[in-house]
Amino acid sequence: MSTRDTLASVLGVRDLPLPASAAKLELIGVGKEFRTKRAHTHALSDISLTIDDGEFVSVIGQSGCGKTTLLRMLAGLLSPSAGQILVEGRSLWQGSTVDSSVVSQLGVVFQEANLFPWYSVAENIALPLRLRGDSKRDRQDRARELAELVGLTGFEKSYPRELSGGMRQRVAIARALAIRPKLLLMDEPFGALDALTRERMNVELQRIRLATNATVVFVTHDITEAVFLGDRVVHLTPRPGRIRQIRSIGFERPRGIDVQTEPEFGAIVRELRHALQDEED
Amino acid sequence: MARKLLPWLSTPLILVAFVVLWDVFVRVNDIDELVLPRPLTVWHSLVEVVQKPATWEHARITGTETVGGFLIALACGVAVGVVLGKVRWMERGLRPLIVASQVVPKVALVPLFVIWFGFGMTSKVIMSAMLAFFPIMLNVQLGVRSVEAGQRDVMRSLDASRWQTFKHLELKSTMPYAFAGMEVGIVFAIIGTIVGEYLGGNEGLGYLVVRTLNDLDAPALFAVIILLSALGLLLYFIVNGLKRFFIPWHESVYSQLDVNR
Repeated sequence: MSTRDTLASVLGVRDLPLPASAAKLELIGVGKEFRTKRAHTHALSDISLTIDDGEFVSVIGQSGCGKTTLLRMLAGLLSPSAGQILVEGRSLWQGSTVDSSVVSQLGVVFQEANLFPWYSVAENIALPLRLRGDSKRDRQDRARELAELVGLTGFEKSYPRELSGGMRQRVAIARALAIRPKLLLMDEPFGALDALTRERMNVELQRIRLATNATVVFVTHDITEAVFLGDRVVHLTPRPGRIRQIRSIGFERPRGIDVQTEPEFGAIVRELRHALQDEED
Repeated sequence: MARKLLPWLSTPLILVAFVVLWDVFVRVNDIDELVLPRPLTVWHSLVEVVQKPATWEHARITGTETVGGFLIALACGVAVGVVLGKVRWMERGLRPLIVASQVVPKVALVPLFVIWFGFGMTSKVIMSAMLAFFPIMLNVQLGVRSVEAGQRDVMRSLDASRWQTFKHLELKSTMPYAFAGMEVGIVFAIIGTIVGEYLGGNEGLGYLVVRTLNDLDAPALFAVIILLSALGLLLYFIVNGLKRFFIPWHESVYSQLDVNR
């Protein structure tokens, strides 16, 4: 009941967006509270954001600012306590139940690759298609195509244990792309990788994204990564998580790794870093 | 390559060394062959025992009892383990009873089973099932609990049905635990059968052990013990072989297969 009330009050303030709007993803007054017997945590409050088709949005913030909570709500894993999440104008959540027809159009990449060790690389990539009931033939073709896209040609028959951390994460990205998702959600996908691999994966991700024209929400705590990849960088502040600022990043694409040495790039990173450090005081 | 061959070289070498030491020990200390026969005497006795058809009948009975008990333990252990692993409150409610029944020395129950089920195969099958049940049940329960949260998230984000989640994730990730339980379980099942045969009845290799002891026929006693060990090894390797077939992707299997990694 209370969720509905909050929802109604939020919708009363704003006009309902038309389904035909160009927005890929729209968040309207999204909030999340965790209630347990002992504690009551206000994780996120009044998050409103519109993401256009083909846009790459990075979300940064200190650990504990609710970025992962936000992403889990977008992925249909955690229900919001307030507000609305619209994917191409369709509501993802009905109260605390998720609309599975909307969820099945999302691709999610987690911090851990979370591959299934009993399946080969190709089988892991094609798992979403298998769950959907695609034919074996289609699955094989698509798996080969995606393996090529993420630079894993020749490894289709390998098993996850035979791959390095970066390669596993590539498989996870390919798996998320298998259903040609309308929206790709990534939760610190390169957080567990070493700095060099991470840098290479950033360039790779940009290439993959340009090739698929995917819309991406990318959560990270690495400012350089956020600026390098993002068309916009959303800065969240903690307790409760709120949007502090949204910074547009104007560098031409494709961006080479050298863009990071440009003075303007450095200035943006510095500006965001200061903003992040300010909150600690 | 060299490391792959190592167990195939080391095992026979150690066995040969053991037999030689055994022989030297008996001769040097001039031990009565009634107490510890020489390896060669045991070998002759073994050849003799193996040639008797009655021995094979006893072995067949012991094998049947063990496999029967093990299969019952497997069915019950998987069923109970899955339920207790899934239903938290049930596990909490039953935990004291489970711990208590584990601590009870179950071998002490054999005389009761003899009273209830007679001297036939039933009492042995039940004994072996009881011993094999716990390791299987506990491992399955642990396996059901140990499905990784991240992999569950993947299935949820793919909008997988309960059946799909079970088939692609829960079943596969519980299997290594079930096999770990089965490897212990099959050994326990043999112990249960043999103890059962010691204490009641007139058939099976366990009974043969008791009879050769009563005859004070030490070489034959050794021969039967060797047969029992062979039966144990055979059953263990069958379970191990099934494991290699069903979960070739698991660390416990592939690290056995290619040690060079």
